[in-house]
Amino acid sequence: MNPMIKLTDMNKWFDDFHVLKNINLSVGEGEKIVICGPSGSGKSTLIRCLNRLEAHQNGKIEINGIPLNDNLKNLQEIRKEVGMVFQHFNLFPHLSILENLTLAPQWVHKIPKEEAEEYAMDLLRRVAISDQAYKYPGQLSGGQQQRVAIARSLCMKPKIMLFDEPTSALDPEMVKEVLDVMVDLAKEGMTMLCVTHEMGFAKQVADRVIFMDEGEIVEEADPETFFSNPTHPRSIEFLAQILH
Amino acid sequence: MSLKYTKNPEKRSLPMMQGFAKWMKKNLFSTPINSAISLILLGLLVKLLGPFLNWLVFNATWEGTAQTCRHNDGACLVFIKEKFIFILYGFYPRELLWRPTLAIAFFIGLCFYSREISRWNKRLLSYWLILILIWAFLLKGGLFGLESVSLDKWGGLPLTLILAVIGIIFSYPLGILLALGRTGYLPLVRSFCLGYIELIRGVPMISLLFMASVMFPLFLPDGLVLPKLMRAQIAIIMFMSAYMAEVVRGGLAAVDKGQYEAADALGLSYWQKMLKVILPQALKIVIPPTVNTAIGMFKDTSLVLIIALSDLLMTTKTSLKDPKWLGFSVEAYVFVALIYFIFCFSMSRYSKRLEKEFSYGGRS
Ligand SMILES: Nc1ncnc2c1ncn2[C@@H]1O[C@H](COP(=O)(O)OP(=O)(O)OP(=O)(O)O)[C@@H](O)[C@H]1O
Ligand SMILES: [Mg+2]
Repeated sequence: MNPMIKLTDMNKWFDDFHVLKNINLSVGEGEKIVICGPSGSGKSTLIRCLNRLEAHQNGKIEINGIPLNDNLKNLQEIRKEVGMVFQHFNLFPHLSILENLTLAPQWVHKIPKEEAEEYAMDLLRRVAISDQAYKYPGQLSGGQQQRVAIARSLCMKPKIMLFDEPTSALDPEMVKEVLDVMVDLAKEGMTMLCVTHEMGFAKQVADRVIFMDEGEIVEEADPETFFSNPTHPRSIEFLAQILH
Repeated sequence: MSLKYTKNPEKRSLPMMQGFAKWMKKNLFSTPINSAISLILLGLLVKLLGPFLNWLVFNATWEGTAQTCRHNDGACLVFIKEKFIFILYGFYPRELLWRPTLAIAFFIGLCFYSREISRWNKRLLSYWLILILIWAFLLKGGLFGLESVSLDKWGGLPLTLILAVIGIIFSYPLGILLALGRTGYLPLVRSFCLGYIELIRGVPMISLLFMASVMFPLFLPDGLVLPKLMRAQIAIIMFMSAYMAEVVRGGLAAVDKGQYEAADALGLSYWQKMLKVILPQALKIVIPPTVNTAIGMFKDTSLVLIIALSDLLMTTKTSLKDPKWLGFSVEAYVFVALIYFIFCFSMSRYSKRLEKEFSYGGRS
C-alpha cells in the first residue's frame, strides 16, 4: 500500500539556518503520528512543509502519491487533501461561523451553497457547536473557536489532518473539549500528524511518537515505549523536563 | 392637571443640570492643570468666536449694494447673494441651471442611499456608474432634445464634484489592484506597480496636471482630441490611485499572517484568498486613512485651476474680479470654504460610523 505521506531526505533552510536536516518519514493511511520536541526544534516547520506553507529546498515530499514541488496544480491538489489546524485558530473574523465553514467548499470545490451549509451544519453538530452557527468567531471561547477550526478543515473532506499545537493557546479547562474532538476524529480513521505535548492524548491515539531536536528526527517509537523507555539521551532529558 | 405639567419640566431639568455640572467637573475641571487649560481654551474661544460672529452675522450687510457694504464693518452678504449662482455653477448657461442642480441632487440622493452598508452590493456599484452617465447626460446634453452645452462652460460645484467623485470611484479599485500587484508573486507586475507608485508619489499633483494638459495630446493618436477636463480627470485618477495603493498596502500588511496561511491551507486560490478573506479585513482596517486620502483629494481637485478649469475655487476667484464688486474676497473665500467643509466633514463623520459598523461584535 502506498503511504499517504512520504518524505525522503528532506532538507530546509531559513537563509543559512538549517532547520530541517535529512528528514525521512513515511505515514500510512489512517496512521496517527504525534510529534514532540523542544521549542525551536523544527516541529512546526516540518508540518508546514507538508502543505507548502513553507517550501523545502531539497529531498522529496509526496502526499498521497502526488509530488510536492513548484508545480501549482500539484499544490492545489495536495491542499485539497490536507487540512490544517493552527495554534491560534486563525478563523476568519469577518465571517460568521457557518460562513467560515462553507467558504472553501463553495469556492474551491464549487459546491452549491445549500449543500455546503448542510454539510457544515452536520460537522458543527459533530463538534457540538451547531447552536453558534450564526455568531462570529470573536464571540466564541477559545475552545469553541478551535473546534470550529477543526470543523472548517473537515468541510474540505481532507484525507490528512495536520495539527500544530492545537491546545497550547487554550485555557486549561478548554483543552479536553478539543482533544475529545480529535480523539473522535482519530477513531474514524483519519490520517493525523499532530504536534503536541499532551501525553495523555499521545498515549490514547498515537501509533507512533516522533521526537525532534535541532531539526532532526532523533527518536521514533510507539507511545508506550517512548514515554516509559526512551532510548536517546536527548529524549530522556526532554521527557524529564515536561514531566517536571 | 396644570400642576402636573409645571412640575414635570422641573423634575427633569434638575437632574439634567446636575448631569451637565458633573460632566464639566469630570471632563473639564478634573485637576488644577485641566481646569487651567479648559479656562484658557474657553477664553480663546470667546475671544475669537465673538468678533467672527459679529462680522458674519450681527454687523453683516444683508441688503443693499456694494456701496452699502463698504460703509459697514461686517460681512457683505449681499455679495454672496449676488454671486453664489456664479460661484456654484460658473459659466453654465443661466437658463439651463436646473440640469447641474438635478445632477447634484441625484448625487446627494445616492450618497444618502449608500449610507447603509447592508445596501453595498454589485447593484449599488452599478448605480454609481449610472450616476456618472446621468451626470454626463444632464451636463452635456445633446440627446433627447436636451440642448448641448460645451465642456468649457462647465464649472463650479458640479465640476469639482465630477473630478472628485469620478476620481475616487476609479482610483479606489485601481489603488487596490496596484497594492495587490505590488505585494503579489509576479516579479514583473511587482516592479511595474512599485515603479508607478514611486514615480507618481515623487511628483507634485500640479506638475502632473500640467503634463496632462500639455503632454497627453502628444501621446494620443492623431485626430483624437481629449478635452482638457478629461485629461485633468485622468491625471487626478492616476495621482489618487498611487496614494490609495499605499493606503491599501498598509491594510494588507496589517492583516494577521495566520489569515493568509489559513486561506492557503484551505486551498483557496490567490484571488479567492484576497477577495474573500484578506481584502475585506484589510480595507476595513484602513478606513480612516482611506477617507483621509479621499478628503485630501477632494480638496486637491482645486489645483485644476492652474490649467484654467473653472472648478469651485476658480469660479470663486473669478467672481472677485467683477469691477462692481471689488474687495469682498474674505466673504467669497469663507463661503467657498464652507462648501468644502460641508463635504469633507460629512466624509469624516461617515468614516467614524463605518469604523463602528464594521467592528464584528464582541472579542476578535
Ligand atoms: N520564517 C522563519 N524565518 C527564519 N527562521 C525561522 C522561521 N520560522 C521558524 N524559524 C526558526 O526555525 C526554527 C524552528 O522553528 P519551528 O517553529 O519549526 O520550531 P518548533 O519546534 O515548532 O518550536 P515551538 O515548540 O516553539 O513551536 C526556530 O529556531 C525558529 O526560530
Ligand atoms: Mg511550533
